Amino acid sequence: MAKTAISSKRLSDQLPNQVLIDWLRSMQLIREFESRTMQAYQQAKIGGFCHVYTGQEACAVGTLACVNDDDPVVLAYRDHGHALARKMTPEACMAEMFGKTTGCAKGKGGSMHMFDRPHWLFGGHGIVGAQTPLGTGLAFAAKYEREVLGQGLDGSEAKKKVSLCYLGDGALNQGAFHEAQNLAGLFSLPVIYIVENNGYSMGTAIQRGTTMPDDLCLKAAGYGIDAIQIDGMDIRNLYDHFKPFADACRAEQKPGFVDLKTYRYQGHSLSDPQKYRTKDEVDQWKERDSIAALLHHLMTERACVSEEDWKNMTGDIRQQVREAVDLADKAPDPDVATELYSDVYANPQKGLSPSCDYNHGLKNPLL
Amino acid sequence: MPELIETPIHPAAGPWDLPEFVSEDQLPSRQGDRVIQYREALREAMAEEMRRDKRVYLIGEEVAQYNGAYKISQGMLEEFGPKRIIDSPISESGFAGMSIAAAMYGLRPIVEFMSWSFSLVAADPILNNAAKMLYMSGGQWGCPIVFRGNDGAGGQLGSTHSWCVEGLFANVPGMKMVIPSCPYDAKGLLKTAIRDPDPVFFLESERMLGDRAHVPAEEYYIPFGQAAKLREGDACTLVSFGRPVNFCLEAARRLAEDGIECDVLDMRTIRPLDIESIAASVQRTGRVVVVDQSWPFGSVASEVMAQVCEHCFDWLDAPPARVNTADVPTPYAKGLEQAYLPNPDRIVAAVENIVQG
Repeated sequence: MAKTAISSKRLSDQLPNQVLIDWLRSMQLIREFESRTMQAYQQAKIGGFCHVYTGQEACAVGTLACVNDDDPVVLAYRDHGHALARKMTPEACMAEMFGKTTGCAKGKGGSMHMFDRPHWLFGGHGIVGAQTPLGTGLAFAAKYEREVLGQGLDGSEAKKKVSLCYLGDGALNQGAFHEAQNLAGLFSLPVIYIVENNGYSMGTAIQRGTTMPDDLCLKAAGYGIDAIQIDGMDIRNLYDHFKPFADACRAEQKPGFVDLKTYRYQGHSLSDPQKYRTKDEVDQWKERDSIAALLHHLMTERACVSEEDWKNMTGDIRQQVREAVDLADKAPDPDVATELYSDVYANPQKGLSPSCDYNHGLKNPLL
Repeated sequence: MPELIETPIHPAAGPWDLPEFVSEDQLPSRQGDRVIQYREALREAMAEEMRRDKRVYLIGEEVAQYNGAYKISQGMLEEFGPKRIIDSPISESGFAGMSIAAAMYGLRPIVEFMSWSFSLVAADPILNNAAKMLYMSGGQWGCPIVFRGNDGAGGQLGSTHSWCVEGLFANVPGMKMVIPSCPYDAKGLLKTAIRDPDPVFFLESERMLGDRAHVPAEEYYIPFGQAAKLREGDACTLVSFGRPVNFCLEAARRLAEDGIECDVLDMRTIRPLDIESIAASVQRTGRVVVVDQSWPFGSVASEVMAQVCEHCFDWLDAPPARVNTADVPTPYAKGLEQAYLPNPDRIVAAVENIVQG
């Protein structure tokens, strides 16, 4: 399954220590954040559906490490981890789940809809597979920008971009994804569909839901899209293989598909009793934990992180997330008078509704 | 705490220049000898806006090499090239969703549905993504996109190809809905739709594409939310949208022969709805018939009637009435289809019923 390094000189081995330490910090931030998310959910501070990312941290951190800050990114509903990996502040992310004005969508989106315009994060999307035509469109727009406008929309120099579109293995079976792949293949659009294959779409194991579950790359081949299978539990291995793959999609302005093998430690959502899998199975995956593996590498082979460093790092992160929770808790609820009827139309006009006049509310705190 | 947004256009819309709107009497004349088809008026609107703004592109099935399934985009491939006039495979959900993201990114897509009937397989992107994006993102991303295509029955196309989507889709906040009844309005409203920073559902009609009328060569923009009064009378108000406006005019001519003079209002846009013009008319006539080519239950007609009751209850001399399509799937047989649609006979009967009753 996992592709291992093909040469002794691995790509990730050439990165400076600090890059890998930053990965470790980012992954640990997600893990800590999600543990506080679960706590807040149990305290009913967070409502609705809530899907945590625990176990899959290497996927978001590793893939995002391979692209540029202004490459567009679009997500499914399990989106907190990617938002943090993309440098959304824990404050904005947690406050969104608390439904507060300081949230990334001013409390109007919730757990499944993390949007961060300054970081080119075009949102988490709740309908399975719905984000796949969007990811395709981001690639289309970036290509159009370069080829038709001849410059960036903001007047900057035109550049080759690649769009990252994350989905789960459940979305493989949704019609929209097949239309999206066909369009991307047909128009040669630089979008990479990253299938975070955690083996389950809710309670349905992958072999009960899709054909050729052991080699999903065959599906992409059906659309003429280059595909690669990568072990997503080992972030160094992920970087070794995804970085050249993403670079090629960018350089050749073509689509890609990644079957990224991973595992979620928690249920599908926080209301999932998980009767479809055994504790042994979960424990086996935990033995390959991505954070533990990277930490071990940094402590031994690179010898650049000490026990004390790690203790300090986890302590700092714990404090940072605790503050995010506190701030979210204390932040104001959205004001009904300004927020219920705002952000519905960019150009509100008279007569749009029989029951209200739309207005412009508060500026988004991220903008 | 963040501050309130004070600009008229939401910052999510990015760089924006709304056209200068003038009052109806300052628009170029509707009279003249530059007679073109409705489809050509649509083409002019798109071509003018594409010349003005390179961010605008057209995508849809058969729009480029085939020159448009209904010849609306004829010649546009030649002028703008294949990167801006884009043939799509039959994947409504795919190309609609793709263009929604392109709109978020900063382009100004025009998405042609060969028929709005086919938009149903793209319901998730157009309703969940386009209409809700600004709200769900807390004002970070809007969706400046136009979806346009044929709406409505009338060509014996059977049940699945004869959809009138206005009743279904007008229910969803976040989008605007435009439905022109004549070539002049088709051009002026489509230009406004392309310039508007919100998602616009633009409903045309296969049965009107060949309609011919004077359309000015110059550029003009018709604002949303302003009804056109096409005929004046004091006996009854006829309110309609899109193709049935023409049936209302025919019915009004026939009623006038019997001395029944009607106000005829062409609403031109469904969302926003110019309820003020309707109310002003009904407060004068005391009677209203709403003519709507979608089904009656939960329809645009029922919405107009509800708003008439809210605004004009004390002025009404008769219960508001409506003429919708028959409440059945669209039939194929010619006679059945004619009976199914709103038509001048049914409108005349509805007016006579409330005027004489």
